[in-house]
Amino acid sequence: MAVEKDSMLIMKNVEKTFNPGTVNEKRALGGVSLTLKKGDFATIVGSNGAGKSTLFNAITGAFFPDKGLIMLGGEDITYQKEHVRSRVIGHLFQDPLKGTAPHMTIEENMALAYLRTTTSKNAYFSRIKAADKKKFREQLSLLDMGLEDRMKQPVGLLSGGQRQALTLLMATMVTPKILLLDEHTAALDPATAEKVLSLTKQIVAEREITCLMVTHNMHQALSLGNRTLMMDAGNIVLDVEGEERAAMTVDDLLEQFALRAGKALDNDRILFSKVE
Amino acid sequence: MGSIITLSIVQNALELGFIYALVALALFISFSILNIADLSTDGCFTLGCAVCASVTLAGHPVLGLFAAMAAGVCSGFVTAFLQTKLGIQSILAGIIVNTGLYTINIAVMGFASNMNLFACDSVFTWAKEAIGGTWYKLIVAAVIVILVGVLISLFLNTRLGLSIRATGDNPDMVRASSINTGLMITIGLCVANALTGLSGGLLAQYQKSCDINLGTGMVTIALASLIIGESIIGKGNMLKRVAGVILGSCLYRFIVAVALRLNVPAECLKLVSSIIVAVAIAFPYIKKQFAFHQQKRSARITNQQYIKEMLREEQTGKGGEA
Repeated sequence: MAVEKDSMLIMKNVEKTFNPGTVNEKRALGGVSLTLKKGDFATIVGSNGAGKSTLFNAITGAFFPDKGLIMLGGEDITYQKEHVRSRVIGHLFQDPLKGTAPHMTIEENMALAYLRTTTSKNAYFSRIKAADKKKFREQLSLLDMGLEDRMKQPVGLLSGGQRQALTLLMATMVTPKILLLDEHTAALDPATAEKVLSLTKQIVAEREITCLMVTHNMHQALSLGNRTLMMDAGNIVLDVEGEERAAMTVDDLLEQFALRAGKALDNDRILFSKVE
Repeated sequence: MGSIITLSIVQNALELGFIYALVALALFISFSILNIADLSTDGCFTLGCAVCASVTLAGHPVLGLFAAMAAGVCSGFVTAFLQTKLGIQSILAGIIVNTGLYTINIAVMGFASNMNLFACDSVFTWAKEAIGGTWYKLIVAAVIVILVGVLISLFLNTRLGLSIRATGDNPDMVRASSINTGLMITIGLCVANALTGLSGGLLAQYQKSCDINLGTGMVTIALASLIIGESIIGKGNMLKRVAGVILGSCLYRFIVAVALRLNVPAECLKLVSSIIVAVAIAFPYIKKQFAFHQQKRSARITNQQYIKEMLREEQTGKGGEA
């Protein structure tokens, strides 16, 4: 079991088929096995419908897999309830509106995220304390977006980029065992995307968070983190790290994909990002 | 015309407004905050009324009010259980509970369709002895409702309250923040139905009777109060919004009182409330449509001028060429 000691995430033969026995039957995960070491930062690329988001949802517990084992930090979470495991999982979606409650203030949203830090039952009836507010203020000022002066405003008034930055802050307020980033900068304008991304890199590096990041940008896939995964039809078809990865170019990556998947990469956004 | 609104009408409207404000507050929690249409409200109101009447008749008016709240909590728990644990849609869960409550309510009243409390003590008769005058009923109702309102707005700002609010605001986010949505819905519905039960209980003591059909249409009336209140007060912090709901309930009672003064027969009251609700909900939409209509009209006039000018320019241009 020495392997498991420094492994944060272990997935063994995880299978999931949606709508089994109907015309819409879709084998979303075809026996995925993946091990992430503590502090690993892996990027994932793949065509539309390759199973990237499904992989994330299996980890977060949005559904339970049909077969297979999922372990996080040495604990079997395969059939653990979503709200229980989400205590140690940070999850950012592509849609920046998904991570925050729009009719509640910035302060209230942060207080909700902060709720994860405490396991005491009494905390449920406590109100936001002045000390908490001060802590929230300090963290918001790190974003350098002026949000620390808007803590009483509803989150619905913020821009998509500001909301995504806030979500990132909330997801990492308690250092998660794993951070799942599902194209979290794809819906933002280039400048904001750059800012949120550099913030992500900074937080992940500072706290050595184990991280999985879906991206459509092939440059990012190779430059960010220490490992690149490629998915197709519910399977991980390529897994590179170290020197092999360092030597790889975007063209190599696309070539590898064509070789392994038996077809060209058909993610429309990837083709666009190749031009960049 | 001065006789349409007399002091006693104002007083009566305020009394009922405060008592029914508790149901409006219940819908504020279930409908505005949790985003669930809880249709068990009618039955739950009668349940609170019947339970309180039974306990009051046994000589315990204050215990009666708490029993009414406890009965409401049970009703809310069943509604929540049906939707969070048994996968029944929220509207359907409310309807199922509402139907079942009819039998339970009749049973609570000793298999009779009404009860009267004329001979026994209530919090209102106690207040009459203690305070005297003609305002004692209003004072009792106002004190209870304001106290409940303050407690509710404090509760909604605790971490638990924030979690309940987020559950209605963005379920995706809540699941990702390790909050148990099923538990939050259950707690929210229990609190909401406790208020509905308390309202029924207060009404039983106020009018010294209880009737199986008392709750019919309650959800519509409460919704009207809620929407009137929210459209007047608008957005703001919890205390402000809760105050708005109570204000809305009182205003609704004024409208009904005025309708009654204008010789609308009592039998037509349910129709009147339906119309008030429809108007109150439709009003913001109609206002928007009207403003758009105005905009279209004024745009038509200026746009026609533009078209005329362009035609004229074209003609003079052609004239120049020729």
